[in-house]
Amino acid sequence: MNGSLRIGVLALQGAFREHVQMLEGLGAEVVEVRLPEELAGLDGLVIPGGESTTIMRLAHSYGLAEAIRAFQGAIFGTCAGMIVLDRDHLGLADLEVERNAYGRQVRSFEADVELAGEKRPLHGVFIRSPRIHDAGAGVEVLGELDGEPVLVREGRLLLASFHPELTDDSRVHELFLEMVEHTSRPVSGLSLIPTH
Amino acid sequence: MGTACEGDFAETRGYTPTVAEYGTLRVKTGLAEMLKGGVIMDVVDADQARIAEEAGACAVMALERVPADIRRDGGVARMSDPQRIREIQEAVSIPVMAKCRIGHFAEAQILQELEVDYIDESEVLTPADVEHHVDKWLYTVPFVCGATNLGEALRRISEGAAMIRTKGEAGTGDIVNAVTHMRAVFGAIRSLQALRGDELHAAAKDHRAPFELIRWVAENGRLPVVTFTAGGIATPADASLCMQLGADGVFVGSGIFKSGRDPLDDRDGWADDVARRARAIVEATTHFEDAKVLADVSSGLGQPMVGISASTLPDDERLEVRGW
Repeated sequence: MNGSLRIGVLALQGAFREHVQMLEGLGAEVVEVRLPEELAGLDGLVIPGGESTTIMRLAHSYGLAEAIRAFQGAIFGTCAGMIVLDRDHLGLADLEVERNAYGRQVRSFEADVELAGEKRPLHGVFIRSPRIHDAGAGVEVLGELDGEPVLVREGRLLLASFHPELTDDSRVHELFLEMVEHTSRPVSGLSLIPTH
Repeated sequence: MGTACEGDFAETRGYTPTVAEYGTLRVKTGLAEMLKGGVIMDVVDADQARIAEEAGACAVMALERVPADIRRDGGVARMSDPQRIREIQEAVSIPVMAKCRIGHFAEAQILQELEVDYIDESEVLTPADVEHHVDKWLYTVPFVCGATNLGEALRRISEGAAMIRTKGEAGTGDIVNAVTHMRAVFGAIRSLQALRGDELHAAAKDHRAPFELIRWVAENGRLPVVTFTAGGIATPADASLCMQLGADGVFVGSGIFKSGRDPLDDRDGWADDVARRARAIVEATTHFEDAKVLADVSSGLGQPMVGISASTLPDDERLEVRGW
């Protein structure tokens, strides 16, 4: 089903290679995005983990920040990517996010994330991760750690405070491709949870 | 779950997950994965750290003196003063790395206590041990180590390094040794890929590296950890060259803060010059294959660091040979 989807991965800085590999493994056609014109013709966009200050600086230099605001397809932000999309940055996601909320690198950790409607947890890698402190009414929780939201959806946006691209479990990326398909070619009956 | 988010989570601030694993190899190498495509800048104090963060550095490296000054002043180069490191940590939100001397595990213990985000066991400082490196598996904080060839990189990885940087020749502004070391590491990887399985045992012996790591590299065509380049990067073109040769990102030391107008004559002019050069190197590292962007960002940067030709250095002043 994903064969014809064209997904861009923002490749300004960070762990973009892992997203490219994961999405290609799922049958998507993937392009690296560094300049605004490279967003043309894409069905979806991934904003990877990295340093959000660096990514924002580079996004502003070549007009990419504005182009991402105008982009109509589904967007998946992981870690720094979630920060880039929040109220204080690009303002696309109705979220207030605290950077490095667990502390410095010695407080980075791995833990199992509970997924809505799923028996099998998702192993999450949290690296100097942000935390969601406030979310608007349109934000839906898809994954929790100790009762806190770590994977959420808001319309065409999917946001994770951890790194699904650093494990072999592709369920979150599969969900994203499903969202991309329904955003770019709307049909009825989109399930709200990963379908596995 | 699966319902609307219920708003404010601020009251749970500062909590620790009930079941979590810390300091795992995946968490250590994972931070390096997040730094890829970025520039890590050497800084000696909080002011330089702010300039670096503002310019788009993905991390800063705290050290006592930049390599060009270590070269000029001579003497023993050691870990930075912990107070300086704390000031840098307070000044910026990006990761803060710091250097310890090769084999100086007490400096490493102190840096872990300070909660630096990465420890660089670095040949730029004066080695504390001429035979042994730090046993990096013992730490929660990840380590980056220098290497000049594949065997050296794999020996550091077997000691627990979670990131490698090719050494180059720090503090010279001369890119030649960085190129030599990258070609040595990446070329050796390509050669391994051409070997039969039974030939890898002899290759492990030749490289003086563990067989399991040699086999992994032969199968995967890369090092098992992120590999940055360092030593002699002074211009946006230098950064692009390193990225095109296969680096995952670059370290820049003296090349930024030793460039521009003389800070003693014109402090503000110097600050403008270094900030502009730092931003240009960040952009060149991202757009490393785009010659149009590279031409733009390389224009009008002022005086690059004067530098020293690495081939004129006497043997006892070459830092690349430190590490065993």
